[in-house]
Amino acid sequence: MSAASPVEVEPTTVPEGSTLLATPWVTIVWNDPVNLMSYVTYVFQKYFGYDRKKSEKLMMEVHEDGRSVVSTGTREEMGRDVQAMHEYGLWATMDKAT
Amino acid sequence: MSGFARHRRSKLVIANFTGFEADLLRSLASQLVELLRNEAAVPREGMDHVEAMMDFSGPTSEPDDPVLARLFPTAYPGDEEAAAEFRRFTEGSLRDGKAAAAITIIDRLEDAGLPPELTEDGLMIDVELDEATAETWMRSFTDLRLALATRLGVEEGDEAVWLALPDEDPRAQAHDIYEWVGYLQETLVEALSDRR
Repeated sequence: MSAASPVEVEPTTVPEGSTLLATPWVTIVWNDPVNLMSYVTYVFQKYFGYDRKKSEKLMMEVHEDGRSVVSTGTREEMGRDVQAMHEYGLWATMDKAT
Repeated sequence: MSGFARHRRSKLVIANFTGFEADLLRSLASQLVELLRNEAAVPREGMDHVEAMMDFSGPTSEPDDPVLARLFPTAYPGDEEAAAEFRRFTEGSLRDGKAAAAITIIDRLEDAGLPPELTEDGLMIDVELDEATAETWMRSFTDLRLALATRLGVEEGDEAVWLALPDEDPRAQAHDIYEWVGYLQETLVEALSDRR
């Protein structure tokens, strides 16, 4: 992921000098030929609480670029997000943010 | 066939199916439940007897069946050990959740009057779902579509391939069913997004 990644840890949630969040993790959703664009947008709104505009932007990234970083956080948090995406039938993986 | 809609006054998500359509949905959901429960979730090889009996943890390797491999993807593509660990802690509950969702579809169709064996012509099945149940159906439709698409080998932008198949080709018929479930899901997403 480049620094221009659309989803970044909100500055207010990262305490200054924190070592706990030194290496954030990311949840990546990959494109598949099956899931409906409307459904993917719905899942991003419902699960992450993103507004419609942001959800559609992430959905279009998945659709056009083949993948999108949809959330950032600790490894444990990303594990929960990936599992939730699998519950919804989206193809998701996790990785260290680079 | 009109798909799902939000009932304006009750806010319930409603749909009317012919007996044939309801029976088809039940059959797809039942097949998914069977698949989810069929393939052993815990690999047995390489374990002695006592060890196998004492192991209550989940599976650590990707399922052999391509449908199950798609439903339970590898979470860490570059790290086999972490992927195995993730799978061990999640695949069991993911399987249970997906089976329970498919069973919800079967139960609601039968509650709405779908008989165990469809014999009668002209039967109509009206389902009324609250928001949480409608979302369960929507998620399960994804699993059904992923299963059908994986079996069929659906790829991005391959619509022309399916259209070119003769009507009597079983793959064409299966693809029609896949498209139909997609249509139902699209209307369900719309109904759930409609918060008037």
